[in-house]
Amino acid sequence: MSKRRVIPGFGLSLGFTLCYLSLLILIPLAALFLKAAGLGWQEWWRLLGSARVLAAARLTFGASACAAALSAILGLPVTWVLVRYRFPGRRLMDAMIDLPFALPTAVAGITLTTIYAPNGWVGAWLLKLGIKGAYSPVGVFIALTFIGFPFVVRTLQPVLEDFAKDTEEAAATLGAGRWLTVRRVVFPMMVPALITGFTLAFARALGEYGSVIFISGNLPMKTEILPLLIVSQLEQFNVPAAAVIASAMLVVSFMLLLSINLLQRWLDWQKS
Amino acid sequence: MSHPGVTTESRLVRMLLIGTAGLIVGLLLLMPLLAVFIEALRKGWEVFLASLHDEAALSAVKLTLTAAAVSVPLNTLFGVGAAWAVTKFRFKGRALLISLIDLPFAVSPVIAGLVFVLLFSPHGWFGRWLEEYDLKVIFALPGIIIATMFVTFPFVARELIPLMAAQGSDQEEAAVTLGARGWQIFLRVTLPNIKWGLLYGVLLCNARAMGEFGAVSVVSGHIRGETNTLPLHVEVLYNEYQFSAAFACATLLALLALVTLGIKSAIEHFTGHRHHGRH
Repeated sequence: MSKRRVIPGFGLSLGFTLCYLSLLILIPLAALFLKAAGLGWQEWWRLLGSARVLAAARLTFGASACAAALSAILGLPVTWVLVRYRFPGRRLMDAMIDLPFALPTAVAGITLTTIYAPNGWVGAWLLKLGIKGAYSPVGVFIALTFIGFPFVVRTLQPVLEDFAKDTEEAAATLGAGRWLTVRRVVFPMMVPALITGFTLAFARALGEYGSVIFISGNLPMKTEILPLLIVSQLEQFNVPAAAVIASAMLVVSFMLLLSINLLQRWLDWQKS
Repeated sequence: MSHPGVTTESRLVRMLLIGTAGLIVGLLLLMPLLAVFIEALRKGWEVFLASLHDEAALSAVKLTLTAAAVSVPLNTLFGVGAAWAVTKFRFKGRALLISLIDLPFAVSPVIAGLVFVLLFSPHGWFGRWLEEYDLKVIFALPGIIIATMFVTFPFVARELIPLMAAQGSDQEEAAVTLGARGWQIFLRVTLPNIKWGLLYGVLLCNARAMGEFGAVSVVSGHIRGETNTLPLHVEVLYNEYQFSAAFACATLLALLALVTLGIKSAIEHFTGHRHHGRH
C-alpha cells in the first residue's frame, strides 16, 4: 500500500477495534474451543453420540429448518404486498415486521406459550384438530417461525424494490399473462434472496433459546433443544459436555455464517 | 410511466393478497403483542401496578438499566471506532475483520454465556485469580454486563459500516486539506453525516441489551433481587405461576420494543432511507 493515509486515526481506531474484538469475542470463544479440544476425540464422539444429544439435535435442526421454510413461504406474499401495493395500514404493517427483532425473546416465549397452550386462543382451536401446540415439537416450530419471519421479509424486500419493472413489461409485451410473468420472470429473480433469507432464519433459529424454552416443555429426548441441553449440562456441573455440545454448534454456526456471506455476494452480484 | 395493467395483478388478486398478508402479520406478530397486554391486565389494574411496584421487579429494572448503561456506550464507542477503521482505510485482513465483527450474531446466546462461565467461574481459567482478589464475575453484575456486551457487540458497527462506506471519505479528506485535526474532523464532518445511522444502531443495541435473556440467564445465577434482570424476573414469575405479574413486567419490555420500532420508523420516514417511493 503505497498511498499515504491522509485521514488520521488509523492506528488508534484499528488498535482499539482489534483489542476490543479480541478481548470480548475472540479470546473467550477460543477458550471454549480449547476447553472442548482438551477432551480428545473419543470423548467428543461419546458425548455427541449420546441418545439425548442426538434427539436434541434432531429437534433443533428439524424444527429450525421447518420454521425457516414456513417463514419463507409466509414472507413471500407479505413482502410482495408491502413492496408492490399501496393500502391503508401498509406503513404499520411494515413497522410490525421487525417486532420479533425488538421484542425480548423471553416475552415472546411466555406470550406464544399462552396463545398456543391447550387453553389458549389458538391452542384450544388446534387441539380440536388433534394438534398439540405448546409443550410439543410443534410449539418449538411455532416459536422459531416467529423468530425467523423478519429475516425473510427484510432480505426479500430490497431485492423486490430494486427489481426493474421493464423485465415484467417486456414479458407482458411478448404476450405472457400476469401469472406466467410472475412465475417465470419475477419468482426466479427472487430465489437467491429467498435462499439467503431462509439461511438467515435457520441460523438464528438454531441458537434460539428464550422464545423456545417456555413453549417447548423441555422434556429430555422429546422437546429439548440443543441450547437448553447446554444449559442443563452446565447446571449439573457437567462442564465438558456443555463445552463439547457448544463447540459443535459453533462449528455449524460458523459454516452457516460463511455460506450467508457467500449468498450475500451472490445477491450483490445479482443487483449489479 | 408504465402502463399499470401489465405489471400488476387484477383488483381481486390484489385484495386477496393484501388480506392474506394482513392475516399472516396479524396472527403471527400482532396477536402475541396484544396478548402481552391483555394477559397483564387480566386481573385488573391493581394487580398490574402492584406487580410493577414489587421490590424484586424494581431491582430487576434497575439492574437492566445498569447493564444497558454500561454496555451500550462501550459498544457504541467500539462501533464508531471499528467503522472508522474499516471504512476510511484499506489494509490487509480488512474483509476478515468485517466478518469477525458479525461473529456474535452467529453464536447462540447460551454459548455466549457459557464462554464467560468457562473463563470466570471458580473452576474456570481466571477463577483462582479472581478468588485471590475477592472479585466476583459470574453470578454477579460484571458477568451480566460482559455477557450483554458480547451479544450486543455488532449492532452499532454493523449499522455504521455500510453507511460510512457508501459516503466515502472525500469530505474528511477535504477537511484535512483545510487543516482540521483528528477529532475535529470526526465531530464536525463525519458525525453530522452518520448521526441517524448511529442513533438507529444505538437504539437496536439498547433494545437487545435490555431484552437479552439467554446469555444473561447463564451467567446470572437467578438470585432474586440481586442478579435478576427484567427478562429473567419475567421468567422467574412465570415459572412460579404468577402469570399476571410476569406479563405485567413483560409489558415494560414490550413497550421498549414498541418505542424502538416507533423511533426506527420515524427515522426511516424522516431521512427517506428505505423509504418506499414508487418511482
